Amino acid sequence: MKAFAYVRAGSVEEATEAYAAHPGAKYLGGGTNLVDLMKLGVEQPGALIDVGRLPLDAVEELPDGSLRIGATVRNSDVAAHPAVRDRWPALSQALLAGASGQLRNAATTGGNLLQRTRCPYFQDVTKPCNKRQPGSGCAALEGVHRDHAVLGHSETCVATHPSDMAVALAALDARVELYGADGTRSVPAARFHRLPGDRPERDTEIRPGELVTGVVLPAATAGLPSLYRKARDRASYAFALASVAAVLRVEDGVVRHAGIAFGGLAHRPWRAERAEAALLGAAPTEAAFGHALDLELAAARPLRDNAFKVPLARNVGVDVLTRLVPPTVA
Amino acid sequence: MGSRHHTRDDAATAAADRHHSQVTLHVNGTPRTLTLDHRRALLDVLREDLDLTGAKKGCDHGQCGACTVLVDGRRVNSCLQLAVALDGSEVVTVEGLGDGGMHPLQQAFLDRDAFQCGYCTPGQICSALGAIDEARAGHPSHVTDPGTPSGRPMPLGREEIRERLSGNLCRCGAYPHIVDAVEDVIR
Ligand SMILES: Cc1cc2nc3c(=O)[nH]c(=O)nc-3n(C[C@H](O)[C@H](O)[C@H](O)COP(=O)(O)OP(=O)(O)OC[C@H]3O[C@@H](n4cnc5c(N)ncnc54)[C@H](O)[C@@H]3O)c2cc1C
Ligand code: SF4
Ligand code: FES
Ligand code: FES
Repeated sequence: MKAFAYVRAGSVEEATEAYAAHPGAKYLGGGTNLVDLMKLGVEQPGALIDVGRLPLDAVEELPDGSLRIGATVRNSDVAAHPAVRDRWPALSQALLAGASGQLRNAATTGGNLLQRTRCPYFQDVTKPCNKRQPGSGCAALEGVHRDHAVLGHSETCVATHPSDMAVALAALDARVELYGADGTRSVPAARFHRLPGDRPERDTEIRPGELVTGVVLPAATAGLPSLYRKARDRASYAFALASVAAVLRVEDGVVRHAGIAFGGLAHRPWRAERAEAALLGAAPTEAAFGHALDLELAAARPLRDNAFKVPLARNVGVDVLTRLVPPTVA
Repeated sequence: MGSRHHTRDDAATAAADRHHSQVTLHVNGTPRTLTLDHRRALLDVLREDLDLTGAKKGCDHGQCGACTVLVDGRRVNSCLQLAVALDGSEVVTVEGLGDGGMHPLQQAFLDRDAFQCGYCTPGQICSALGAIDEARAGHPSHVTDPGTPSGRPMPLGREEIRERLSGNLCRCGAYPHIVDAVEDVIR
C-alpha cells in the first residue's frame, strides 16, 4: 500500500477544503470498501480525508413528513431506526440483507452509496479492466461473468453495482444530498448511479471533491407498503444475484403508485419505469405484475453465463409485488 | 499493509509526519499511545505492537470475521479499520473479556465444545457479544419479522443467532455448538 496523508475533517467545509488541498485525496467513511481496495492496490490515494466523524450522524424527521439520514449514520443504525422500519421498511430490509453485522456497524450511508463494484477483475490489478484503468479492456466480457449485468451494460463494462441500500433508495424515490465547490444540490437516488456507456470509470454523478451529506426519504412514499427481497447463492452474507425493492399504493382495486427497482442486474439500481407505467391503473394481480415485469425485462441482454438472472428477477419481482397488495384487495 | 511489515522499532522512532500520526487507543481499559503509519490496520496494531494476538487474521478483507473486536462497544472487523481513524476509541479484544476469570460466553464455548481448531473463536465470541447487545438495543436482523416492534429488545432464537453471526466463518464447521453456547448465555 502506498503511504498517504491523513486528515480528520471537523465540518463539511473543512472536508471539501482538505480534499482540494491534497492531490489524490479520497474521503474515508467506515473504510470497509476503501481500505479493502487499498490493500488490493486498486485504490492508491495520496491522502485520506476522514469524514466518518463529521456531524452528519443524525436521522431527522423533517416538517414535510420526509426523513433525512445523515451521510455518516451507520448502516446498522439506519436499519434499526423506528421511522425507517415503520414507514420505509424496504430500506431497513435492504440494509439488513447486505454484508454482516460487523460491516454494517462500520459502514456509512455515504460510503455504501459510493462502494465500488465487486467484479473480480476490477479487484485484480493484474487483469484488464476499463473501470479501474480506462482503455485496458474488459476481462469480464468473455470471462467469469455469472454475477454481472443483464441490463444497461456496454461493450466497455458489464459490472453491476453491489449496494442493496441503493436499490431500496431508488424504489422509494429518495434523493441524495451533496455538498461541493458549487454549493449544495440533490439528485434522485435512482439517477445517482450511472450506466457505464464509454465512461465506466465513473460510477455515479458525483463531481470531483463533492461530498455526500445525506439522503432524504420523501413523504410521498412514507407509510406505503414496501419490501426488499434478495436472491443470492447462500442464505446470508452474499451479494445479490438479483434483488427487488418495491413500493405499491393500491386504491379502489387499482394500482395508483408503483416504485420498483432491481438490484444485481445493472451498473446502477434499475428503476423499472416501463413496468411501473404498465401497472398504473391496472388491477394488482399476479398476471398483471408478471406482464409488467416481462415488458421491463424484454430489454435484457444477458451475457454468456448469466441468462438465469432474467427469470430470477422476474419471479422475485412478482413475489414481492404480490405480497405488497393489501389483503382486502387480494 | 500485509507484506510491508512495520516493527515496533519503526513505530517508536517514526516521528509524526505526513504519513504518521500519534494515536491513542484505550485497549481493554488501558490507554496506549503509539506513533503509527497511517496504513496500519487496527488488527495489525493489536497483534504486532500490543501483543494481543487473540484477534486473528483470516482473510484481511472483511470476509471471515476472525478479526472481530469491539470498538466503542460495537463489533467491527479490525482488519478494515485504520488505527489512525480510531484515535480516542475504546477497543475491547477477547483478552479484555471477563473480570479476571473467564467471561460466561467463553465458559459456554468450553462447555459446549464450540470449536475445533479455535482459530475463529475469539472473533466468534466478540461478535456474539456485540450481536447480543445489538438485539438488546432493538436492532433487527434479516430474519426478524418486520412487524416486531422497534425500540424494544429483539428475541434471539437459533435462527436469529445464526443470521446475526453469519459474518463469522468457521472452517471447522462448529456452527451448531457455537449457537448452543450463545443460547446458553442469553437464557
Ligand atoms: C465481505 C463483504 C461483504 C459485503 N456484502 C455486501 C452486501 O451483501 N450488500 C451490500 O450492499 N454491501 C456489501 N458490502 C459492502 C459494504 O456495504 C460497503 O463496504 C460499505 O457500505 C461501504 O461504506 P463505508 O462507509 O465503509 O465506505 P468507505 O469504504 O469508507 O468508502 C467507500 C467509498 O465511498 C467514498 N465515500 C465515503 N463517504 C463518502 C461521503 N460522505 N461522500 C463522498 N464519498 C464518500 C470513499 O471515498 C470511497 O470511495 C460488503 C462488504 C464486504 C467487505
Ligand atoms: S465488467 Fe467493468 S469492472 Fe469488470 S472487468 Fe469489465 S470493465 Fe472492469
Ligand atoms: S481478517 Fe478481518 S474479516 Fe477476515
Ligand atoms: S474452530 Fe476452527 S475455524 Fe472455527
